[in-house]
Amino acid sequence: MSFLEIRNITKRFNEQIALNNVSASVKKGELVCILGPSGCGKTTLLRIIAGLETANLGQIIIDGKDQTYTQPKDRNFGIVFQSYALFPNMTVLGNVLFGLKQRRELSKEEVHARSLEALRLVDLLEHKDKYPRQLSGGQQQRTALARALALSPSYLLLDEPLSALDAKVRVKLRSEIKTIQKSLAITTIMVTHDQDEALTMADRIIVMNNAIVEQIGTPREIYDCPSSAFVASFVGTMNVYQQKSVTYAIRPEKLEVVNRHDKYDLAVNVNEVEFKGPLTRIYASCADAPEIYIDIPSEKADAMRVRIGATMFLKTPQKHLRRWTV
Amino acid sequence: MFSFAGLVELAKADQVKTDQVKSGLVKPGLAKQRLRSINFGQLAALLLLLTIFALILLGPLISLFSKAFMTKGGDWAGLANYTQYFKTPSLTISIGNTIDISLWSTLFSATFGLLFAYALTRTRMVGKLFFKYLALLPIFMPTLIHALALVFLFGKQGIITQLGLDINLYGRTGIIIAETIYTFPQAFLMFSIALEYADGRLYEAADSMGVSPFTQFIKITLPDIKYTAVNVLFVCFTLAFTDFGAPKVIGGSYNVLATDIYKQIVGQFDMNMGAVVGTLLLIPALLSFVVGKVTNSINASTLSSRATNFKIKKCMPRDVAFFIVCIAVSLAFLALTAALLIGALSKYFPYDMSLSLQSFMFDSSTGGINSFSHSLQMAIFTAVSGTVFVFIYAYLVEKSQRFSLLKKIGRLLSALPLALPGMVIGLSFIFFFNNANNPLNIIYGTVLILVLSNVLHYFSVPFLTATGALKKLDSEFECVSESMGVPGYKTLLMVSAPLCLPAILEIFMYFFVNAMVTVSAVVFLYSAQFQIAAIAITHMEEAGNISQAAAMGFLILLINVIVRILYEAAIKIVKAKLARKEITNV
Repeated sequence: MSFLEIRNITKRFNEQIALNNVSASVKKGELVCILGPSGCGKTTLLRIIAGLETANLGQIIIDGKDQTYTQPKDRNFGIVFQSYALFPNMTVLGNVLFGLKQRRELSKEEVHARSLEALRLVDLLEHKDKYPRQLSGGQQQRTALARALALSPSYLLLDEPLSALDAKVRVKLRSEIKTIQKSLAITTIMVTHDQDEALTMADRIIVMNNAIVEQIGTPREIYDCPSSAFVASFVGTMNVYQQKSVTYAIRPEKLEVVNRHDKYDLAVNVNEVEFKGPLTRIYASCADAPEIYIDIPSEKADAMRVRIGATMFLKTPQKHLRRWTV
Repeated sequence: MFSFAGLVELAKADQVKTDQVKSGLVKPGLAKQRLRSINFGQLAALLLLLTIFALILLGPLISLFSKAFMTKGGDWAGLANYTQYFKTPSLTISIGNTIDISLWSTLFSATFGLLFAYALTRTRMVGKLFFKYLALLPIFMPTLIHALALVFLFGKQGIITQLGLDINLYGRTGIIIAETIYTFPQAFLMFSIALEYADGRLYEAADSMGVSPFTQFIKITLPDIKYTAVNVLFVCFTLAFTDFGAPKVIGGSYNVLATDIYKQIVGQFDMNMGAVVGTLLLIPALLSFVVGKVTNSINASTLSSRATNFKIKKCMPRDVAFFIVCIAVSLAFLALTAALLIGALSKYFPYDMSLSLQSFMFDSSTGGINSFSHSLQMAIFTAVSGTVFVFIYAYLVEKSQRFSLLKKIGRLLSALPLALPGMVIGLSFIFFFNNANNPLNIIYGTVLILVLSNVLHYFSVPFLTATGALKKLDSEFECVSESMGVPGYKTLLMVSAPLCLPAILEIFMYFFVNAMVTVSAVVFLYSAQFQIAAIAITHMEEAGNISQAAAMGFLILLINVIVRILYEAAIKIVKAKLARKEITNV
């Protein structure tokens, strides 16, 4: 039985369709990423789950109850926005306390204890008396997380929580958020446009594009068996090849470079060689394909002495070739 | 054969899928359920404030127009009142007069305003801060007082007249000078804002091409401020066109529309003719309002975000020239203030100039010192209630999650008072509230109606100040609060209001100062029991007691300057406090 069910949600803003018959479900304790390019409707979906927007059609079932039209204050969730929306005139502790103080059933001591516990969880206890603008980006992000978690919400919503941070902090926070999420076993829905983030953090990914769900699956499934050319090229790099109504696709690392010319192999011209550490990416082209990506281990590239302008031969293993009929 | 065009095709196919779902998405029967998702507290607050505002804004206006189109007996008159008006040369002569004095004073104040603003924003002359505050001096006094100060200098027994220079003050000349003084700060402020933002890149590029400073002014600066200039002309024209105070004091037999209304209503009790003149007063105000809307919407997109700071070059002759202009204007303002002070402090102007505080012992027959304390009460009451009302109104219009139609109506209504001259507000308020059939009649004759008319009269500028400050706040504060179950009013009180404190103080000061100096709206609305200072000045002046009038004017100026200083001090403290929390962008 799933914890959250999104049933046939449709949302329009005037004539613009933001969500078109979107359905998905989230299991209890799971971290699900909604992944898609900007404008695909992912943030709108999150706001509908939060109750900040109301769908034109469809249902949101949370914990077995229809909550489609429930107001945000009655839904018991925590939310972290891309901007964090920390109250700048309150300290870190003040931010965390702001929501807790509304809970009439909690005693003063409990409120205090819970806010400190939340800050300990995100390792910010020593900064509790600072104001948000005095913190680094990562600390601000963790303050927002503590504020959201302090109320013991039954689920957590993260709207692009890491995209305002620099690359290094971002990678570090990915695992921190994931660790906290697992230790609390809190159902979490995170919106992101960053495929690396989705692949590394999510238990399952909902890939969206143009107001519809393209695919739902584990990171492995999404990467290995993309259900459409869109998913294939949005998540990771993919060579896409179209013949009449059939689209073929293969990942750059699955293409095999061979030395000798077989009649089934494809002759391509090397345009650019890019050293990427353990892997080397080769940008090649043939008669009607302007750009083909090939990833091979750097050692092998060295051994083969790949040079710009050279011709090389590619083998496409059938088991890694994906096919879709339009 | 690789084809990346395939991706494009796929995207197109998705679009087709999207297009297939278009209409008929909402099933009937859902309406009841959807009601649950509405935040009724917020909706009720928004509806309540809009209703109050619309009632106070539109109710009186409708009364005004119905009076203009009705006979004295209350029957439909059609255009009969207007026909009668235009057939009476003694009345229509005022139209020409009003246009005449408005044009001249606009020309003068726009010219001086531009020079003064240019001096303060684009030169390196000394004493800029001093000049800036001095330029604002006229806004701290009722227009009556500008005129009165002129009387002390150029009147029949004026100081300068006594020295042998008679400029024939009473009438056209006096009104033009007084209106120039009155509208100068507006022109100066508007030009300053326009000139403050300059794209340094354009001037640097022009320099590198060897373009002369004069050509730079014509080709770069002027095009930048042309819309502001149009706006300034209309605003100043409208202010002069609708002002009542100055012509009341030094108009003599030179009639203008504003004094005509007063005579019709207070002198002849001809409400219908008063209403007719009132509607005429609306014409330039409405025109100015429309021009302002249009030019602002064009202006909004002119400054590039990549503009660099404009560096003012060294140029001694330029600085000296502008310094002389500023000194001249400042001396004029200082002379007026000094004349006012001399008038107030002399024993019996101009016969016995010995120092005396006698003029501050106000006769109770013309209002007495009570009128000053009443004015203070009214100004504080106006500032407090106006600030609270404007801020909550702006908050709901700016930050409500839904109700986009109501928010749009709220924005539209908020701008309308800008097009209503004080005389028109006062006049329409009598027609609306002094009506036995109106249950709101009970506030007629109380301080409440004065406060209400002031809040309405000065609503639009504070609304813009408030929305401007609120727009800078993260729009997700409200979402976060809602998710934590914090009620909206708490977010307003504990987050938005503290962060907007500088704007709130500015709004408070704006309401206070304007309530202290206003005459036009309240002249029809005060009661004998609740005399106010600005009106008392007219009575003192009518009774020939201009020394007391000057003393009262001086008290108004004094309190306004004190409030302004307190405001500046408070802003400094608040900004320092926010800076300690490193909140700098509010």
